[in-house]
Amino acid sequence: MGSVAPFLIFFVAAAIAGLTRGWLRSIVLLATPIVGAANLYLMAPDASLQVPLLEFTLELIRIDRLSLLFGYLFHLAAFLAIVYALHLRDRTQHVASTLYAGSALGAVFAGDLITLFVFWELLALTSVFLILARGTRRAYRAAMRYLVIQVLSGVILLAGAVIHFRATGSIAFEFIGLKPLGSGLEGVASWLILLAIGIKCAFPFLHNWLTDAYPEATPTGTVFLSAFTTKVAVYALARAYPGTELLIYAGATMAMFPIFFAVIENDLRRVLAYSLINQVGFMVCGIGIGTALALNGAVSHAFNDVVFKGLLFMSMGAVLYRTGRINGSELGGLYKTMPVTTALCLVGAASISAFPLFSGFVSKSMVMVAALDEGYPVIWLALLFASAGVFHHAGIKIPYFTFFAHDSGLRPKEAPPNMLLAMGLGAAICIFNGAYPWVLYSMLPFAVDYQPYTDAHVMTQVQLLFFSALAFVWLQLTGLYPPELRGLNIDAEWSYRKALPAVARRITALAAGVRDVVLGRGYTAARRLIAGLYRTHGPEGAMARTRPSGYMAMWMTVLLSAFLLLSFI
Amino acid sequence: MTETPKRHLFDDPKNIRRVRQVLYTLCALSLGAELFVERHADHPWEALPGFYSLYGFVACVILVLVAKELRKVLRRGEDYYDG
Repeated sequence: MGSVAPFLIFFVAAAIAGLTRGWLRSIVLLATPIVGAANLYLMAPDASLQVPLLEFTLELIRIDRLSLLFGYLFHLAAFLAIVYALHLRDRTQHVASTLYAGSALGAVFAGDLITLFVFWELLALTSVFLILARGTRRAYRAAMRYLVIQVLSGVILLAGAVIHFRATGSIAFEFIGLKPLGSGLEGVASWLILLAIGIKCAFPFLHNWLTDAYPEATPTGTVFLSAFTTKVAVYALARAYPGTELLIYAGATMAMFPIFFAVIENDLRRVLAYSLINQVGFMVCGIGIGTALALNGAVSHAFNDVVFKGLLFMSMGAVLYRTGRINGSELGGLYKTMPVTTALCLVGAASISAFPLFSGFVSKSMVMVAALDEGYPVIWLALLFASAGVFHHAGIKIPYFTFFAHDSGLRPKEAPPNMLLAMGLGAAICIFNGAYPWVLYSMLPFAVDYQPYTDAHVMTQVQLLFFSALAFVWLQLTGLYPPELRGLNIDAEWSYRKALPAVARRITALAAGVRDVVLGRGYTAARRLIAGLYRTHGPEGAMARTRPSGYMAMWMTVLLSAFLLLSFI
Repeated sequence: MTETPKRHLFDDPKNIRRVRQVLYTLCALSLGAELFVERHADHPWEALPGFYSLYGFVACVILVLVAKELRKVLRRGEDYYDG
């Protein structure tokens, strides 16, 4: 039996959703991920769909344990986000988000680099509407920056793919591995493709599109955004670059530096965006270590992160939807009227902080144990620092400043039922995966020989977290904790949002100066030339003087007489 | 706005104090558990008594204090990029 490509179901559904309205559209949207997941379940384990294109054969479906896990994850994430966005009466957002989820599935099942490139760019083109839909000028400008960077990532991927094809004669999307730049075309291709993936993965210095654009999207849009783009990149990295040592350091850096920004950031969805980079750092690190345990850790953490980060973004989205505010400095005390959202947010906070019985506990530690096993104790310390930091900014700061802290006086209504349902489902999955990880473990790419619930692991993790909380309490009581302040913190994006424009302005000013000088001098010279020509050739000039014809006759006579005289000599 | 506002859980400072006391108790319990839990340490630092507790506390304090200093360098007005 022929298989239906997973992305196709979403693309067709998006078309139908565009033509329907009201409850009919809701049913279509809700049915899409369910039908999609059923299609995936019924697909033969060796299913494959190949389409010839010119001299190439495109592989639209490539099924293995890695792609299948991400496939199911994206169906789940799409379902939760669709439920969360069900109250919207916004055709553009519904269609764009369905196409976006479909593109993510297309990328994950792509067996060749050309197909991957197409879906890579579609991810950018479809998701940008979720930012634009916010309708503010800030959002518009952030969306344009997002689009430029994402499309650039795709163009780099295409360049890498073309060079890779020239070097190897194959377009298959398989293990690539980083090769030295000096090793010819293959080396260049491997670096280009890594750079393309690195942009989408939010590598250090390439990360600001994420913290720039995600907090500007609509409350529901950010939930979709947080699930797909970075996780497609993590998937691509796990497929093409496992065991690349550079990634260990890149990942540890990603896990470390965003937490400092998260502590002082006021926009709570931007705090979560930094926290997203921090969690992706654990995954990148695991992929870099590259052992079966580390890769299992990276992939299972990607699964858990989509759900708990989605849950946290949902709870902040609900607050934004109900109050119109998202800055920590303007919120507080919302537990009084939004108790259910508060409780569900706390489940997300416990999960990202890796409390025992919550999902982060069973996946993050695999990467950390692998780091120690493979002899990277400094990396392990960095990840441990990041773990304490995550708890601090995502586990405590987010719920504390939103729902507790000082009373802002806001008394918003509880979140709408569809939002509560989506958050409730997310929270249930967080607890299920945390308390009973074996279902998740059974889906991982490698057989799992890891036991998260040992006495020592539970005790040490609990010590780490309780004493981190103690530090928070101590800093609060002594007044050392920095208050939530309005304002923004500059980051690497300063280079292209401030420095580059300033340099461009300087160059423009310089060019204008040069132009003025050149044109000024040239103008004077040209004027002199024209004046000179005018003097000689103008109406009054010597060359333009009109002479009587007798003048001519006289000179002819003189000439002829001279000729006559000369002929006699 | 004449109705008396409803009293909520944390409007009473006593309850906030209770939460703190629970946390202190949990800290002490988790630390005390080290006497009973058998550990095989993957790394010598791990075997130090109270390593995770100390690391968690110190890490968070350093994190916050460094971030506070960073804020002095990094913080700008909300319309910094709009200018």
